[in-house]
Amino acid sequence: MKTLQRTRPAAAVLRHMLLAVGALVMLTPFVYMVSTSFKSQAYVLTIPPQFVPNPATLNNYIQVLTTQDFAAYFMNSVAVATTSTVISVLISSMTAYAFARFRFAGRELLFRLVLVGLMVPAMMLIIPQFIIAKQLGLIDSLPGLVVFYVAGSISLNTFLLLGFFQTIEGELFEAMQVDGANAWTRYWRLVMPLSTPALATTTIFTFLATWDEFAWALTIINDPAKRTLPLAIELFQGQNATQWGLVFAASVIAVLPVIVVFLIFQKYFVQGLSSGAVKG
Amino acid sequence: MTVRAAAEAPAAARTARRRRLAGRATPYLFLAPGLVLFGGLILYPMARAFQMSFYDWKVLAGATSTFIGLDNYARAAGDPVFWRGLANSGVYMALSVPPQIALGLLIAMLLKAKSPSQPVYRVLFYLPVITSWVVASLLFKYLFADKGLINWALGDVLHLGDGSTSWLSSRWTALVAICALGVWKGIGWSMMIFLAALQGVPQSLEEAATMDGANRWQRFRVVTVPAIRPTLGFVVVMLVIGGFNVFTSVLLMTAGGPGGQTEVLLTYMYRQAFSNLNFGYGSAIAVLLTVIVFVLTLIQMRLFNTSEKDER
Repeated sequence: MKTLQRTRPAAAVLRHMLLAVGALVMLTPFVYMVSTSFKSQAYVLTIPPQFVPNPATLNNYIQVLTTQDFAAYFMNSVAVATTSTVISVLISSMTAYAFARFRFAGRELLFRLVLVGLMVPAMMLIIPQFIIAKQLGLIDSLPGLVVFYVAGSISLNTFLLLGFFQTIEGELFEAMQVDGANAWTRYWRLVMPLSTPALATTTIFTFLATWDEFAWALTIINDPAKRTLPLAIELFQGQNATQWGLVFAASVIAVLPVIVVFLIFQKYFVQGLSSGAVKG
Repeated sequence: MTVRAAAEAPAAARTARRRRLAGRATPYLFLAPGLVLFGGLILYPMARAFQMSFYDWKVLAGATSTFIGLDNYARAAGDPVFWRGLANSGVYMALSVPPQIALGLLIAMLLKAKSPSQPVYRVLFYLPVITSWVVASLLFKYLFADKGLINWALGDVLHLGDGSTSWLSSRWTALVAICALGVWKGIGWSMMIFLAALQGVPQSLEEAATMDGANRWQRFRVVTVPAIRPTLGFVVVMLVIGGFNVFTSVLLMTAGGPGGQTEVLLTYMYRQAFSNLNFGYGSAIAVLLTVIVFVLTLIQMRLFNTSEKDER
């Protein structure tokens, strides 16, 4: 009877149990993936499953890093994701600045057009984009990835940055204008430094999206030397009898940077999510 | 002196005019790079997709594409694989959206109170969201393999069935596996959004309801749900759109197989375009999907808005 009256501690225990079970279920796939990456092929699909690999081996990692050109794929991904992110954040911030600080003919219409980009899913455009990429000679090239990644991220980034730029005090701009600063100086020396949190948010989301992008890369990249990580991992899986240990060693290497970025910049994730419209 | 002034006046007027013109051009200069890319590689392809859907589109250089009106749409209407793809996309939505909302909200409620463990749990539940779709899809393919972890857990641990289900080789079980991935990967996102919304629920209302003797469930229904209704609407809309956009997980887990049984709209569109080179038909499917998503979004927005008004 006593426990019934004191519902609070009981509720707290129940709360923690539910959370712990939930977290366990969510984490198990990760744990199993990491464990599999340390197993040789013979121990990969066994019943009962091995959570702690025995015997453990580093062979998968060694093979991934030495014989599979994986370092090259990793560098391709780094190059594509970094370039796309820098260009996209720069261009989007310029676009957002124009919408935030200027009144000009066609402003409403142009802004609506940019918003349309938020509603149209990337996959819908993949056929005509392929044709355009072909006409521009961008098939089978890393710039072909970058250009389309940037174009695809402009809507969302402009939208996110605009919300932040609009909160900057108008008086700051007037003060700078009186001092003779032109529009570019006001953008580069006032807006950009004041907007670091918003810029960080857009940078992180763009980087993750481009790091993980699969469908477009699958469509335009054929040359093995130009593969990005998602493509390379998918192909590991496709080759002969799936070498799960190899697939997951590669996956762990691909996912680790993302987790590190997430852990370091957590607060910007939450900000980005609560300013809406970002779906991971 | 006067001569000089007279000579200077037009010059000054000219620089002033030039400055005004430059001032007017400024916003457009800032917009130019973004809008050129956006217009050329997003808006223009949208128009192109629409146009191509009315053609028997020839990819090969030199071949001419012929205008065939609504034939591609008529073909979709009579194509059983298209309808099955639509049904599968619908099933995916129906099976993956409600759990993401219910579980996301449940976890957010459990995490609402500040505690030392809260940030840790938040990170743990969010990890699947940031994991790449390719990695997550392969991971679930492995978990749902015949001798995989799921069969072992169901058979040997929970004793539900004999644990010998061949998940990925028939339509419904494969869809369940694909939905399980969708839920696993999506819960963290809805949790984060709900968590932010729950911070905005007025504490005083909760306390007042408690004083009136409302139990947990009643407080949830009467205080919490109305307060987060707009967020609920936003999450539903985003998840439904995301549900119809399912692609990578299906492609990597079943590739639409066996025999096209698990094809969803986007994998079917992709196959028509890039395996069968039916660019016109593929475009028609893409246009249809866009229209479906758009209509569903409008309906949901209307639904959530009116119910909000009714309460006032």
